[in-house]
Amino acid sequence: MNPAKPRVGLFVTCLVDLFRPTVGFAAVALLERAGCTVEVPAAQTCCGQPAYNSGDRDDARDLAGRNVALFEGFDYVVAPSGSCAGMLREHYPRLFEDDPAMHARAEHLAKRSHELVSFLVDVRGMNAVDAAYAGTIAYHDSCSGLRELGVKEQPRRLLRTVKDATMVELPGAEVCCGFGGTFCVKYPDISVRMAADKAADIAATGADTLLAGDMGCLLNMAGRLLREGKPVHVRHVAEVLAGMTGLAPPIGEAR
Amino acid sequence: MEPTSPRFKQNAHAALANPVLQQALAKAKVGFSARRRAAYGQLPEFEALREEARAIKEHTLAHLDFYLEEFERRVIASGGQVHWARTAAEARDAVLAICRRLGARTVTKGKSMISEEIGLNDFLEAQGIVPVETDMGEYVIQLRHEPPSHLLAPAFHLLREQWSNSFRAAHKDLPVDRRLDEPRALADEGRQVLRQRFLAADVGITGANFLIAETGSTVIVTNEGNGDLTQTLPKAHIVVTSIEKAVPTLEDAMTLLRLLPRSATGQELSSYVTFSTGPRRADDRDGPGEFHVVLLDNGRSAMLNTEFHDMLRCIRCAACLNHCPVYLSVGGHAYGWVYSGPMGAVLTPSLIGVETAGHLPNASTFCGKCESVCPVKIPLPKMMRHWRERQWDRHLESKRYRAGLKLWAFMARRPALYRWGAELAARFLGNAGAAKGRFARLPLAGGWTGGRDLPAPEGRSFMSLWAERRRREGSR
Repeated sequence: MNPAKPRVGLFVTCLVDLFRPTVGFAAVALLERAGCTVEVPAAQTCCGQPAYNSGDRDDARDLAGRNVALFEGFDYVVAPSGSCAGMLREHYPRLFEDDPAMHARAEHLAKRSHELVSFLVDVRGMNAVDAAYAGTIAYHDSCSGLRELGVKEQPRRLLRTVKDATMVELPGAEVCCGFGGTFCVKYPDISVRMAADKAADIAATGADTLLAGDMGCLLNMAGRLLREGKPVHVRHVAEVLAGMTGLAPPIGEAR
Repeated sequence: MEPTSPRFKQNAHAALANPVLQQALAKAKVGFSARRRAAYGQLPEFEALREEARAIKEHTLAHLDFYLEEFERRVIASGGQVHWARTAAEARDAVLAICRRLGARTVTKGKSMISEEIGLNDFLEAQGIVPVETDMGEYVIQLRHEPPSHLLAPAFHLLREQWSNSFRAAHKDLPVDRRLDEPRALADEGRQVLRQRFLAADVGITGANFLIAETGSTVIVTNEGNGDLTQTLPKAHIVVTSIEKAVPTLEDAMTLLRLLPRSATGQELSSYVTFSTGPRRADDRDGPGEFHVVLLDNGRSAMLNTEFHDMLRCIRCAACLNHCPVYLSVGGHAYGWVYSGPMGAVLTPSLIGVETAGHLPNASTFCGKCESVCPVKIPLPKMMRHWRERQWDRHLESKRYRAGLKLWAFMARRPALYRWGAELAARFLGNAGAAKGRFARLPLAGGWTGGRDLPAPEGRSFMSLWAERRRREGSR
């Protein structure tokens, strides 16, 4: 490994791929600014969480096995999502507990896998970004990133260096927004209640912008804020950190 | 208690529309977690203590047979008796046999979840014995014929107004102008009525938080003192409890006691911690004439050394309920049986079957808050996932959900096909949603769009845009 210029495999995540390609490009830009060479293996699809969290271990193992093989040669694997990075880091090894050879390979992947912003700060030592954003920002801590990977201070540290931006703390920032993968459509009543509670907390801060690091949570929170007509712009944190907010309107808003 | 867990969705729907419940939950949402946080803020060794507690419970579970037999020896040595109950029915019969022998007509009861688990009150009533709950919360829900909705605060779902209405309906001689709008006034009224019941009771039944093998003692942790009156005054004290409550020594119980009240109510210690060792001795001034421990298994030993083993460490502190955004949205009754919240989502399927309680381990976002506050480090989300695996293996989830997931997995395992599908969906939905940037309604997405909009995709998939960029860069 060349520590000066590590090779990073970008794990795009299925939701960024489908809903918000700008986040993928923002991630690439940030990683390159952090001195990495970025590659995007074309055969990636999804980390397998929908299967894993539905009890479908066979499909989860199949997808995990594919990703383990696909990202074998990289110095690091980085995802713009705490949830998907958590799957790679914390859960892939568990899927192969009865298969020592695969388990070792999954462990090897797990050790090299990171959530984007924590990778920039903790591994690459980034402590400032060259970006500007005119707005008051509230940040929501997505559950997997926060509790599985310890992503908490890193995004705030970088956001504080964004020119023209003001940060406000979101009360209950660590409380789940109610997305929960397939939970949001299996138990929509409860999910919507949690999203509504979150929307009320966000609106109470007076912030005009909500950021987070996971597309699932962002779609959920944006969806509820839009439904309630709350004037809050929702974006993935990488868009702001990369200074790429001009490339796409906020999530759920028209061009 | 007939479980309504299969109707979890309907229960949750009703709970979300219940204004009294929602008001009660809103109060609890801030109270419990703030108190717990404050208590642990003053305990720097919290993490070390958690690890110690986990180790104590694990050690006990690894030698459970030894510690339970040791406990029984000590109970007998101090003049008491242990009744081993494999099932709820055996436990009920053991209690009934004691009551019958003593000619009991009324029994007072301290708070006990095991009593709820075995449906003891309904059973005793059917046998002509009157059970009287003496924990204030339990008492009011008994008046209302409701099950508890929380491990510690059984009447958690009620506001003061419901309490006073229930008292007025039940206490017939209450003057109309008697004020019951203050907690103090409610407590005074409850105490006055219950005092007579304590004195009249033939048998007192309590639960136990810990069973100490070294001394044969049972321990209850309470705040009202009702447990002490329940067990001291009658002819016999019956402890209904379950096998995983055992701990080796008094010192181990002390370690767990440093965690339990802090995790539960944010107290350093509860108002009362009562140790019961055998019946009244010759030179004791008071105490029960007989001391019985009904020791329930009811499926617990079958959890040992399975993927649900860790659940047996649970000390019923309710921290996982108090911090669970799902529990705090729908309350305890929605779960449809005795145990609710994250611990109920894992334990209930073990006790009444996953075919009945299948919703419970699914109704979680896996946010992980429960595990992070658990004083004995139970990996609750992981075990909920194990229940989902069992359901998947037995085809218990809905056919539609399974078909949808299998279709998605079929695609995800075929990258070329997946690429094509993702690009098609991104273009189609991006195009259809371009004008507004979102969908208020979408065919087959009612679950999402019922209460929120669906943001429209940007219009192209990242992977196809990336491939184009690479081609451009390559041709440059």
